[in-house]
Amino acid sequence: MFKIVHKRELNANVTLMEIEAPFVARKAKAGQFIIFRIDEKGERVPLTIAGYDREKGTVTIIFQKVGFATIALGALNEGDYIQDFVGPLGKPTDVEGKKKVCVVGGGVGCAIALPSAKAFKEAGAEVTVIVGFRSKDIVILEDEFKACADNLILMTDDGSYGRHGLVTQPLQELLEAGEEFDEVLAIGPVPMMKFVCKTTQPFGTHTMVSLNPIMVDGTGMCGGCRVTVGGETKFACVDGPEFDGHQVDFAELMNRNSLYRTREAEVTHNHACRIDAMGKQLIK
Amino acid sequence: MANMTLVKTPMPEQDPQIRARNFKEVALGYTAEMAIEEANRCLGCKNPKCVEGCPVNVRIPEFIKKVQEGDFKAAYEIITSTNALPALSGRVCPQESQCEAKCVRGIKGEPVAIGRLERFVADWYRENVNEMPSKVPSNGIKVAVVGSGPAGMTAASDLAKKGYAVTMFEALHTAGGVLVYGIPEFRLPKAIVANEVEKLKAQGVEVMTNMVIGRVLTIDELFEMGYKAVFVGSGAGLPMFMNIPGESLKGVMSANEYLTRTNLMKAYDESYDTPIVQSKAVAVVGGGNVAMDAARCAMRLGAEHVYVVYRRGEAEMPARLEEKHHAKEEGIEFMTLCNPTEILGDENGRACGMKCIRMELGEPDASGRRRPIEVPNSEFVIDVDTVIMSLGTSPNPLIRSTTPGLETNRKGCLIVNENEMTTRDGVFAGGDAVTGAATVILAMGAGKKGAEAIDKYLQGK
Repeated sequence: MFKIVHKRELNANVTLMEIEAPFVARKAKAGQFIIFRIDEKGERVPLTIAGYDREKGTVTIIFQKVGFATIALGALNEGDYIQDFVGPLGKPTDVEGKKKVCVVGGGVGCAIALPSAKAFKEAGAEVTVIVGFRSKDIVILEDEFKACADNLILMTDDGSYGRHGLVTQPLQELLEAGEEFDEVLAIGPVPMMKFVCKTTQPFGTHTMVSLNPIMVDGTGMCGGCRVTVGGETKFACVDGPEFDGHQVDFAELMNRNSLYRTREAEVTHNHACRIDAMGKQLIK
Repeated sequence: MANMTLVKTPMPEQDPQIRARNFKEVALGYTAEMAIEEANRCLGCKNPKCVEGCPVNVRIPEFIKKVQEGDFKAAYEIITSTNALPALSGRVCPQESQCEAKCVRGIKGEPVAIGRLERFVADWYRENVNEMPSKVPSNGIKVAVVGSGPAGMTAASDLAKKGYAVTMFEALHTAGGVLVYGIPEFRLPKAIVANEVEKLKAQGVEVMTNMVIGRVLTIDELFEMGYKAVFVGSGAGLPMFMNIPGESLKGVMSANEYLTRTNLMKAYDESYDTPIVQSKAVAVVGGGNVAMDAARCAMRLGAEHVYVVYRRGEAEMPARLEEKHHAKEEGIEFMTLCNPTEILGDENGRACGMKCIRMELGEPDASGRRRPIEVPNSEFVIDVDTVIMSLGTSPNPLIRSTTPGLETNRKGCLIVNENEMTTRDGVFAGGDAVTGAATVILAMGAGKKGAEAIDKYLQGK
């Protein structure tokens, strides 16, 4: 069992949790992920690691409450336990030899862009960070990014905070202005990562994306997370989760990720109804 | 008085029509009367060939004699003196090609139903005695067992019996390896595996789940932590795909994924949150036991049609006769001499058909089986919305890629010497990780040999 030692709501939908998991904390590196399972009947859900404290033996995860597993996790509190927490899985962000990088985060993806940005910084790179959110009320981790970025550009889709527009706009401007990044690392919704790749492609800028496909075991056993990269089948859990974005078949990835969506919506609805009914019962 | 009936005492089974839609065990097991009746078919050969046919050399005529006498507890003790997991091997061993293949009663008529008797004895013990083994005084020497499948469980048990302080590491959240994620509930109830794990704990084995060795800890770190020897029984878990067009469509997956969702994650049980594809018509590609398991799970999960698509003939299928027979009884349709060339998708990216080509058998190949050859212009399409690839598995590269000096062969299988030791001092291995995908009993045999070799190695230090 793994204890939730700290919980913080970052915005209405995004929660940060620090989990006591000494074995994971000992080895965790930016870019790697964990798989959690709340209880015996829960799903195994992969989440990229948002941070770790080797001395305290804790790992930080940041998640959006979208499916029933993350909603159920979000309903737990400090002092509660979850059944399983395994990791670190996957390969870490490759920070070696990169002098100038741009990390692009979108929405909750910023949570996992942060440790990679920090890792690049610690490895001595000059780090530009572009983060994008739908609107001001869901902006997360601004102070943390300020602390590690040499240059932070914050975008909102509706212009309610920072610059108005999408993350690809400042990226395009920087590249056009002649910025030569050794790497652009994009972490966020699949369409965002796809458009970041489209933006960097004409400039020939090496671009990595962090993928989060459907997964079961996370050790290379099921192949559920297979993605086509440069025409070859790769398993995101062991070969990734970061891949060369210019080689990734995004259309296939989006299709595969939609497999359980209808069911997920149904079950989430049922869970919500159940919780609602329970609440009404209590009020009576 | 010996029972000279030429056929085995039949074992009751669930009716095929009913069991094809539930996950309860298919074969129901002997009653005490049936067991004694069948045991009386054993002639108690002075020079028993059956024992030679058993990878763990169960003292077969001796335990059967005890069954004849109705002393099932004594029978259990005889079996477990060489076989730690009889409830498992009694269910999933290919007895027809091992012990029973050597039985003299098989020369004229059917051999003695050794597997059924072994299962009976193990089940009787669990239901009537189930005494947890006691802990042997510890010698304080730490040994790590990587993997909790049949090889790992056997090695852990034997090492604990010799007094070693054993830790067994499992990557998934439940111990048991392929016995839990792969073999379905209706062939091997998970409560039986869990009971075996409890016995290991009673022997003093520390079982650690969620420990992906190669990631969470490396083999080298295990030595740094004070383990004096390591047994790697990590199995063959890496699934193969065909690399044909359409394999990335929704509804196409490996048998490993389908079985893991169904068995480990209990997708068939509504109270679990595990999602699984809803299928009308399923094609399982392959002809092994895993293909049969996947096909039979698909039927139980509600598919209207389940096809087993195999490129050679039925006789060449590697699946056990009993599995093929059970599958057919349950309505699984066999499409042999037929090979997929493409999976077709609908406008939503979901599989909606599979293009196949007819095959014929040519000259024998390296495996001794006749090589399948395509029949020109014989393509056709079968209507399926789900395709499960069951083409075999190879060892997972996670351990070899993170352990310097650990050598593997071309197929990724760990190389061991005659003492079960890998190319790294103190690192032993056995089971599918060494042989490639094989059977539960061979893995158990390898676990046993591994434990003996580790004991010898550590005693010599």
